[in-house]
Amino acid sequence: MKHQASVASRLYGRLDDVSGEAGYAEHPPRVGFFTDTSVCIGCKACEVACKEWNALPDPDAGVLKLSGESYDNTSALGASSWRHVAFIEQGPLDAGAPAAGGLSPADVLGPALAGLASPDSVAPATRWLMASDVCKHCTHAACLDVCPTGALVRTEFGTVIVQSDVCNGCAYCVSACPFGVIDRREDDGRAWKCTMCYDRLRGGMEPACAKACPTDSIQFGPLDELRVTAAARVQELHASGVTDARLYGADPDDGIGGAGAFFLLLDEPEVYGLPPNPVVTTKDLPAMWKWAGGAAALLVAGVAAAFAGRRP
Amino acid sequence: MNSDCIVIAGSNMAECHPVAFQWVVEAKRRGATIIHVDPRFTRTSALADLHVPNRVGGDVVFLGALINHVLSGGHEFREYVTAYTNAADILPEEYVDAEDGAGLFSGYDPATRSYDNATWRPTGERDLTLSHPRCVFQVLKRHFARYTPERVQRACGISPQDFSRIAATLVSCSGRERTTAWVYAVGWTQHTTGVQHIRTAAILQLLLGNMGRPGGGILALRGHASIQGSTDIPTLFDLLPGYLPMPRPDDVSLERYLTRIPDTGFWGNKRSYLVSLLKAWFGDAATAENDFCFGALPRISGDHGTYRTVLDMIEGKIKGYFLWGQNPAVGSAGARLQRLAMAKLSWLVVRDLTVIESAAFWKNSPEIATGELRTDQIGTEVFFIPAASHVEKGGTFTNTQRMLQWHHKALDPPADARSDLWFAYHLGKRIRARLAGSTAARDRGLLNLTWEYPESGEEAEPAAEAVLQEVNGRGPDGRLLSGFAELKGDGSTACGCWIYSGCFAGGVNQTARRRPHTEQSWVAPEWGWAWPANRRILYNRASADPAGRPWSEAKAYVWWDAEAGQWTGHDVPDFERGKPPDFVPEPGAAGPAALGGADPFIMQRDGKGALFVSAGLADGPLPTHYEPAESPLVNALYKQDDSPVAKSYPDHPATHNQLGGAAVYPFVVTTYRLTEHHTAGGMSRTLSRLAELQPELFCEVSPSLAALRGLENGGWATIITARAAIEARVLVTRRVRPLRIPGEGVIHQIGLPYHWGSEGMVTGDTVNDLLPFVVDPNVFIQESKVATCDVKPGRRPRGPALTDLVMRYRREAGLEEDR
Amino acid sequence: MSEERQVPEAEFRSYYGRPILKVTRWKEPHLPAYLFLGELSGAAAVLAAAAAATRRPALARSGRLIAAAAAYGGAGFLTAELGRPERFVNMLRVAKPTSPMSMGSWILAAHSGLVSAAAASEVTGQLPVLGAAAGLAASVTGPLLATYPGVLLANTAVPAWHTAYRELPLLFAGGAMTAAGAGGLAVSACRADRTDFDAARRLALAGAVMESAAGFGLERLHGLSGEPYRQGNSGNLLRTARFLTIGGAAATLAARRSRIAAGAAAALLTAGGVCAKFAVLRAGVASARDPRYVVAAQRGGA
Ligand SMILES: Nc1nc2c(c(=O)[nH]1)N[C@H]1C(S)=C(S)[C@@H](COP(=O)(O)OP(=O)(O)OC[C@H]3O[C@@H](n4cnc5c(=O)[nH]c(N)nc54)[C@H](O)[C@@H]3O)O[C@H]1N2
Ligand SMILES: Nc1nc2c(c(=O)[nH]1)N[C@H]1C(S)=C(S)[C@@H](COP(=O)(O)OP(=O)(O)OC[C@H]3O[C@@H](n4cnc5c(=O)[nH]c(N)nc54)[C@H](O)[C@@H]3O)O[C@H]1N2
Ligand code: SF4
Ligand code: SF4
Ligand code: SF4
Ligand code: SF4
Ligand code: SF4
Ligand SMILES: [Mo]
Repeated sequence: MKHQASVASRLYGRLDDVSGEAGYAEHPPRVGFFTDTSVCIGCKACEVACKEWNALPDPDAGVLKLSGESYDNTSALGASSWRHVAFIEQGPLDAGAPAAGGLSPADVLGPALAGLASPDSVAPATRWLMASDVCKHCTHAACLDVCPTGALVRTEFGTVIVQSDVCNGCAYCVSACPFGVIDRREDDGRAWKCTMCYDRLRGGMEPACAKACPTDSIQFGPLDELRVTAAARVQELHASGVTDARLYGADPDDGIGGAGAFFLLLDEPEVYGLPPNPVVTTKDLPAMWKWAGGAAALLVAGVAAAFAGRRP
Repeated sequence: MNSDCIVIAGSNMAECHPVAFQWVVEAKRRGATIIHVDPRFTRTSALADLHVPNRVGGDVVFLGALINHVLSGGHEFREYVTAYTNAADILPEEYVDAEDGAGLFSGYDPATRSYDNATWRPTGERDLTLSHPRCVFQVLKRHFARYTPERVQRACGISPQDFSRIAATLVSCSGRERTTAWVYAVGWTQHTTGVQHIRTAAILQLLLGNMGRPGGGILALRGHASIQGSTDIPTLFDLLPGYLPMPRPDDVSLERYLTRIPDTGFWGNKRSYLVSLLKAWFGDAATAENDFCFGALPRISGDHGTYRTVLDMIEGKIKGYFLWGQNPAVGSAGARLQRLAMAKLSWLVVRDLTVIESAAFWKNSPEIATGELRTDQIGTEVFFIPAASHVEKGGTFTNTQRMLQWHHKALDPPADARSDLWFAYHLGKRIRARLAGSTAARDRGLLNLTWEYPESGEEAEPAAEAVLQEVNGRGPDGRLLSGFAELKGDGSTACGCWIYSGCFAGGVNQTARRRPHTEQSWVAPEWGWAWPANRRILYNRASADPAGRPWSEAKAYVWWDAEAGQWTGHDVPDFERGKPPDFVPEPGAAGPAALGGADPFIMQRDGKGALFVSAGLADGPLPTHYEPAESPLVNALYKQDDSPVAKSYPDHPATHNQLGGAAVYPFVVTTYRLTEHHTAGGMSRTLSRLAELQPELFCEVSPSLAALRGLENGGWATIITARAAIEARVLVTRRVRPLRIPGEGVIHQIGLPYHWGSEGMVTGDTVNDLLPFVVDPNVFIQESKVATCDVKPGRRPRGPALTDLVMRYRREAGLEEDR
Repeated sequence: MSEERQVPEAEFRSYYGRPILKVTRWKEPHLPAYLFLGELSGAAAVLAAAAAATRRPALARSGRLIAAAAAYGGAGFLTAELGRPERFVNMLRVAKPTSPMSMGSWILAAHSGLVSAAAASEVTGQLPVLGAAAGLAASVTGPLLATYPGVLLANTAVPAWHTAYRELPLLFAGGAMTAAGAGGLAVSACRADRTDFDAARRLALAGAVMESAAGFGLERLHGLSGEPYRQGNSGNLLRTARFLTIGGAAATLAARRSRIAAGAAAALLTAGGVCAKFAVLRAGVASARDPRYVVAAQRGGA
């Protein structure tokens, strides 16, 4: 894709120097996460480490309940859950029985697996996919773009953080994020999400979740290097017969200009609760304003027309 | 990491040992094949190349069939087997194998439910061609001949196709160039045949030449952070530190006691181990004249395991009980009995981080709800004494790898909480102060103890490092010893645990070493300290061939350096350094000198890997499949159905008729852990971060069992056994699969994590209420991995109606006698 | 942009049916009320300016007062909507072109200032020239205030909003005309002399046509993203809104002669406009809550 004009490129498309674009003349390399879900063991150490390090609030003990959705009782990213490990059970069902989560087999079975293997056949094609989700620290971060107060900012590391003292809780970011990441905490009225452990990065440490991950499913580092590592890992997996392996969010030419936190998935993104092809909403912003301007003009014209007639 | 194949069976490694599992992930990245044999598809299975669901309690059949596959196909590593195992030993004619004894070996006495092993002792002759009909190798062949893939399918529900895939992978990943590792944990041990599982795997690994070599071995994943440490310096009733057996009443003298331990191999130095231990404990009071105070050691007269102790409590034989870091009201099998027993005590001391169920049973137990116990009628005085946690004190952990790692104190314990060391030390001091001046013989032992450690701070905390130094041992000059080779049997050395000797070598706390792996060899000898002598792989002499050359370049580990005249390699050789490979012992030699230069298994009497175990096992010299105490199937191999030697305390009224049949309890229940919680939950259900991740007790059932019993995902189920009924949320999951057993129909297995109880942020019924008091005869571990049950939709009844439900089932099963 | 393809049900997969997006935190009645009052204020200001220019003092006076009242009401709802209302001022910390809410806040601030000046002058009779100038200036901020919420909503990841970035401003512009017209009608219903209010009636009619057309456009919208405007609670609301608006338009035709008709028309049109705002919010919620919309929009649109 050709490099676009500077104003437009702020809204959409490839952007090789996010921090520079955000006004940092001197800045460290852009860092990010490569989450290789093929080695995730669903231990949730990342969830716990994140909550501990960031002192996120406790849940209300009274309301804790089993979700019934495999081993996932966190259910989604939220204002107080900045890492979320998804659990997806796939495999043959024995005849006529309800599936986990009350879904039909078609909901959770990959096309490749559906219809395979009866209970006593060889090597039943059971899979239990686990994936630790997090804020994508988008190159074109809709949350940041739409924030009216400037509470959301780009850091020198190329990450996106909320300044909680500035946020006024308008929740615009909540609806703008194409990944459903950021959310407003109703008790304090502010929006919260992963900071990529900005405080730790400033101190030269890696983020808490990556540090805690026992299998290196979460890899932290300069984004350029991670992209190379990831590409090699996909190759390796393909070579070993895992043809389902694919990268998600690694392409700087995608709808959000590439994610700062990208993933290796083993199935379609929507199976993990991720949007298949997210596009930053501001891509269409110029067109939107045009239509709004046009509508405003129509309004004026309408009024003018209403007054144009002869007075009775 | 160096394995070509890793078979994880009887463990859910990824969930229970996530940090260790990183190396399995690494091995997989390097091309190893990972196989998981587990009734459930778990987070371990998710990362494995192959998951094979099986029936709990059938693993001896599965492993036996692998042995059969190896032997009948001639896949054994012949050179290794001949040289390094006891395959060539010839057995006496009187020996009768289970093969010919309908599942029993010669020497069985049904009255005592035990064996006399007189007929199992090898004759002393050896046949290196392994063709003598009575040599161990041939006996082994015959013994395992009936362990066929068809029988594996009958007993385990593993298809012949899956079986042959595993067998072929194992064979191709073993031998000179490649190695396979087996990994197990409590999925193998918590059975009446627990020891037999590991024995069978050991035979297989010896036959394939996978012992003592990098990437090989059998890894016992240990439980609590330092559970390895608490077997090395044991909390077990029948052991002294360093695996010396506990004296018995007939051990009237030190001399007499020592005759029970082998004379040859490294146990041959037994006297120096024991005398040094006694010197460490009794100091100057221990002299050659008084048998080094050997008489002051307690004697054991029988089973004093935790389950026997509980029954003794119920009988009123035991008045007081200390619980340090244990929560039997939730964590031990037959938890109902545990609580009923504690209610009979005069006093109970609980030292724990929080008020756990075992400290709150008198007001909060299910028995109070059913009316079986009444708070105002429980006479037990409960003392709850807050304990410091591991971050609030310094000390070592000994991990799965026998590695000691020092952890530093990070913060002060809160309020009144004190370290266990503080408590034990000051309790000892106070008792000794009370006894001071006593001349009673029974007090001598206590008063003679060396009981002085440097104290520091306001709380007079004793120095943990001083304890470690005592454990390491000192010479006559007070110098810290460099290893157990320096120990003497004449009382000139003192050492708290011979296998730990060297952990403070050179006056340096070796366990506190943390050199990053990037700055040292791949064996990483400078991270922590592993017993014995900082060896990372035991019996590593076997990594070289009889002539001392590595079996292969790829798997070179320890070898004989002829020029230097010593053993060398990547690790500390687990062999006498200067003993050449061709060394032949003098006849009648004792101790290590009795072993030849090609006898790698130096803790064995003969230095050989034991395919056949003639002494030391309660359940026979060769592993034999028996059904669990409760099982829906009959033994597919032998007439003898369940273990003839398992301990089920049938003599006791409290456990009378505790086992239920499959007619009324048609399903199999198995119990296990979740990553998100820890054992009885005292350390996880109390923490919001963990509690929220798994908030409720649930049972895992297959979709077809759910359909059969009308269970709904997310709804409630009641699980009933002959002991109790509990309720759990339902997780309908295809990860649990019904097993189709040819000729038997379908076996449904129900999975239950056992972490819940009545205290903490998230509470739930106690799974251990469901389980019986049945234990392995060798190590007294409970059969908590398998029982039979029924399941129905909905919550369980409350109050006395709960007892009624259990009773209704029991009557139907014919367990209640009409009164 | 290409038409989105309807993804067949059977192929659709999701994570336990959970939403991919966060359902908006914007709530009822705040957001619909703000949208309605904003457009009302915006168009009323234009109406007032036009009335002043064409010497319809009664209408001009009504327009100015309505514009001011609606602006305050809208700002009130907006503030109440915030997680931390005390931090409303933070809205004006920055002016950010990529944030329609930032732009909108500035527009609202400017507009509120202008319409209050105009209204104050109207009520007090002081500084008439300045008041007139403010009123005239408000006829510039007014249309923007009325239509920017189209961008506000469209500039989100919410499929039903984002895909409707053409229709929403038109709906709001039409709604604004209708609302202001209805405001005029309402005032006229209370008056004996309704001559000044002919323009309001015409405006209401024009607005009703535009609003209905835009609403119809929403229903016809691109495949699955239009579904919430056609189906379910939000679809019902949108249809109800149109009935009300068309009913209101019909009543408007009689409003010249009948005060009752004028009152009814005002009520029906207002109800229609409010209803439409609820429909838009709920359509957004429905499309964010069901992952099908997100997946369909992105798979089909690729
Ligand atoms: N997160 C976490 N980690 C822990 C603990 C904890 O509570 N939580 N506890 C620690 C302790 S104390 C221990 S002892 C270890 C235990 O570690 P593991 O033994 O790995 O743990 P378990 O979950 O008890 O069970 C092991 C597996 O054995 C399977 N199994 C049961 N019966 C059989 C059988 O007959 N054959 C086979 N092949 N498999 C069987 C079960 O389905 C289960 O998946 O974990 C330690 N680590
Ligand atoms: N059904 C079923 N039952 C089982 C098992 C199973 O697989 N299935 N597994 C068995 C196994 S392997 C085990 S190990 C047991 C575990 O059973 P338990 O040992 O009874 O259970 P824990 O919860 O580990 O209890 C340890 C207690 O020690 C406390 N503690 C922690 N640190 C310290 C300390 O430094 N000092 C002191 N004084 N206390 C401390 C903790 O708060 C906790 O309450 O459960 C066994 N029971
Ligand atoms: S994922 Fe969402 S919250 Fe994170 S940077 Fe992108 S738009 Fe913002
Ligand atoms: S809620 Fe806070 S962070 Fe989000 S857009 Fe509004 S002001 Fe910005
Ligand atoms: S980077 Fe930090 S804030 Fe973000 S998920 Fe990881 S631990 Fe949490
Ligand atoms: S810590 Fe790593 S392995 Fe564990 S759940 Fe998170 S990403 Fe997966
Ligand atoms: S809890 Fe501790 S011992 Fe267990 S895996 Fe984690 S780090 Fe290791
Ligand atoms: Mo354990």
